[in-house]
Amino acid sequence: MPVINTPNGFTLDDTGQRQVVDPVTRIEGHMRAEVNISPDNIITNAVSTGTMWRGLEVILKGRDPRDAWAFTQRICGVCTGTHALTSVRAVEDALNIEIPENANSIRNIMQLSLQVHDHLVHFYHLHALDWVNPVNALKADPKATSALQQQVSPRHPKSSPGYFRDIQNRLKKFVESGQLGPFKNGYWTNPAYRLPPEADLMATTHYLEALDFQKIIMTTRTIFGGKDTHPNWLVGGVPCAINMDGELAAGAPINMERLNYVKTVLDQSLDFINNVYIPDIIAIGGFYKDWLYGGGISGKSVLAYGDIPDRANDYSASNLLMPQGAIINGDLTKVHEIDHRDPEQIQEFVPHSWYKYPDESKGLHPWDGVTEPNFALGPNTKGTKTNIEQIDEAAKYSWIKAPRWRGHAMEVGPLARYVVGYASGHKEFTEQINMVLKALDVPVEALFSTLGRTAARALEAQWAAEKQIYFFKKLIANIKAGDSSTANTEKFDPSTWPAETKGVGFTEAPRGALAHWIRIKDTKIDNYQCVVPTTWNGSPRDSKGNIGAFEASMMNTKVERPEEPVEILRNIHSFDPCLACSTHVMSEDGKLLAKVKVR
Amino acid sequence: MQETFYDVMRRQGITRRSFLKYCSLTAAALGLGPAFAPKIAHAMENKPRIPVLWLHGLECTCCSESFIRSAHPLAKDVILSMISLDYDDTIMAAAGQQAEAIVEEIVHKHKGNYILACEGNPPLNQDGMSCIIGGKPYLEQLQFAAKDAKAIISWGSCASWGCVQAARPNPTQAVPIHKAPGIPGNVPIIKVPGCPPIAEVMTAVVTYILTFDRLPSLDRQGRPKMFYSQRIHDKCYRRPHFDAGQFVEAFDDEGARKGYCLYKVGCKGPTTYNACSTVRWNGGLSFPIQAGHPCFGCSEDGFWDKGSFYDRLTDVHGFGVESNADEIGMAAAGVVGAAAAVHAGASIVKRMAQKGDKE
Repeated sequence: MPVINTPNGFTLDDTGQRQVVDPVTRIEGHMRAEVNISPDNIITNAVSTGTMWRGLEVILKGRDPRDAWAFTQRICGVCTGTHALTSVRAVEDALNIEIPENANSIRNIMQLSLQVHDHLVHFYHLHALDWVNPVNALKADPKATSALQQQVSPRHPKSSPGYFRDIQNRLKKFVESGQLGPFKNGYWTNPAYRLPPEADLMATTHYLEALDFQKIIMTTRTIFGGKDTHPNWLVGGVPCAINMDGELAAGAPINMERLNYVKTVLDQSLDFINNVYIPDIIAIGGFYKDWLYGGGISGKSVLAYGDIPDRANDYSASNLLMPQGAIINGDLTKVHEIDHRDPEQIQEFVPHSWYKYPDESKGLHPWDGVTEPNFALGPNTKGTKTNIEQIDEAAKYSWIKAPRWRGHAMEVGPLARYVVGYASGHKEFTEQINMVLKALDVPVEALFSTLGRTAARALEAQWAAEKQIYFFKKLIANIKAGDSSTANTEKFDPSTWPAETKGVGFTEAPRGALAHWIRIKDTKIDNYQCVVPTTWNGSPRDSKGNIGAFEASMMNTKVERPEEPVEILRNIHSFDPCLACSTHVMSEDGKLLAKVKVR
Repeated sequence: MQETFYDVMRRQGITRRSFLKYCSLTAAALGLGPAFAPKIAHAMENKPRIPVLWLHGLECTCCSESFIRSAHPLAKDVILSMISLDYDDTIMAAAGQQAEAIVEEIVHKHKGNYILACEGNPPLNQDGMSCIIGGKPYLEQLQFAAKDAKAIISWGSCASWGCVQAARPNPTQAVPIHKAPGIPGNVPIIKVPGCPPIAEVMTAVVTYILTFDRLPSLDRQGRPKMFYSQRIHDKCYRRPHFDAGQFVEAFDDEGARKGYCLYKVGCKGPTTYNACSTVRWNGGLSFPIQAGHPCFGCSEDGFWDKGSFYDRLTDVHGFGVESNADEIGMAAAGVVGAAAAVHAGASIVKRMAQKGDKE
């Protein structure tokens, strides 16, 4: 391949040493990354491949639309519930169903608690090991660690020297066992790790604290949805009926005791985010603030659908507490409006994806989407069809399609939402951004980086933790005003539905903009299409050669040791990839293609 | 008893000298001083934590997400003190070839002495390439790790039955672990179904194996009897309302607010074997029925293909339960023959269960 200049501003050069990372770990699902590295250790070409697909959309065909939330919820168990919410919104849109205010508040609390949980777990358990070296923590002085903790977060109660000594001893025993479990074969001698031992001990301690705490955040969803992972949802509202002081309230889904439980969890969640997550981001960020790689297309093209309707049933941008809009060509002075129904705006392309279109130079709007698989490797592939040593990115190379907004590759996710919020004057988001820029003493341009993406996620967890409490108060106020209703079942019976209809539902999943498009015919699903955050971020190249957000983020990054993928993981992890989400699609007919050979 | 890591190395003809050298290299690889080498050697000569390879096929990661929500024991304690979770691509630090090397190492060094935990399942279509690990079909990794495992745990409904990707028309030809080609017949498979399984059930299965040094007793379908021998309905707190003929007729109606039985809005509790109504979820906090939604049977084989979640059981299987349930209601309303009706209800459930077993 000669040197290629992409329309979205990147120079691809594959002459350097090729490195393959497969599997990329600490993500949801399966993906592969390949890069070329120049003699001076700079990534000059990046290829991201989605390496799984499951076929949920074809499985949905012919099903009861009221069940679709449960199927689509199983697209992903990490962002559990966000597909379900998107699905019930799509069905309600198609059937013109309005939900009660209480249902809107409860759904918002469930969606916001997912943001809090998902972001926290992502940072500590999927991303932190790219920045934090738990083995180096063994060299820390517990007293100095205690002093550091009290300095960065005076309100966090777990900060004594004895506490850190205990954790360090436990860690020491673990390492000395020689059985390193999840830390085995990590890159612990790589100079890319920069924290002093005390910061490593503090952050490793919080890795464990967060692992203990995260399960509490989601218990609000156990109250409202009966279980977590995968709580229950309902077309027309929520399934949890309210009975505050009537007969048999003790056995009702929602009563005073249940609401008190929720309130306690919401308060604890906000405390944990404020006292642990945010201070850690600032403390760790301080040691890496000149590592500003990974911006990719975040400074050029970002997209947010918006979410968290303040009042029920109004999904217009002005009623959404999370901002909506698109920014293109790096022009922050213009926030473009989004219309999910406009066939010219959101389109999916497949020239580099393992699918077939009648005309692959054109994109298709999801309502008219076609998904016919075509697993074929290019002529320059190294290896065989079932043992790929090197991908040929000039041909088809991923199970992910390439969605584009008016032809542009877009980044979605927390950073995209904060950039759209910043550009559109969203007061709360802007204040948070200014706080973190000031604390780290960096200019606004620093946002457009892997670190910026990671910081935006933490800010959003904080914002979501506060908004949960807002909706809890709103729920109480509405019940107090005499409205206990949680579901509108007027159109629950399929005999009340029109013969044919279509709808769209959207949310902001933790990873970014998510929408489902549904067509209903004779009370059954006729066509169902999902365009999900990792499809946007992890997309392969399109017919014009634009690279997607993952690939762009790896470009021009300096690596310390080409054989150890620390920097590649850093950049990719900052998006919180979800591959099961992005590659759920399957052929219309679901025909059997080829069977694996039995050994 | 379990062999230690050192025993295994000696058995494979590795000298003590090489063993100590290995320990020094391990210490160096971690960036630790030479003082750590004897400590690592000491630990390896003593009882090791049992290695676990946690593989992910086609799945949604809801099983892992459930597992980390375990309240007792805490997931942290399972991972740090009870097992050695050497491979789990969702949380492991290493990636790419450094990650793949671990599977190879554990299978060779701990032959017959590691647990293979499977989340998700392998697809057979597309030459298995709709789930790729290290450039190859996931099925190959699964087969390699399965052949020398002490036991296999099939986490969740994907690994146990197939679950959502295997729902009609199963476009990728995804198959549960026990039906995957090349899985040895002599390695015991423990199915822990559910979408996902209850967190505390998952950690209890693991801790039972470690504490009692044996596998749990399994029912005919391969599920631990301790958690899967009863239907949700048998111990449901709303069961008295079923017996009394008090049903939710529509969501958010008077019955829904009083916590009446959800059978008429589609509850599959009477045919679902799981511990939801006893152990409950997330530290015993609640379960779907308590939160007002009917059970849709997520731990049962093929539950996605048994009709709408909101259809009454009778509409699915034609058991004739509906008329009997209505009789129960009428009888209860008339305050006559209630006891007989309850008895009738119980027999119906029993018949349904027997039928369920045969499926």
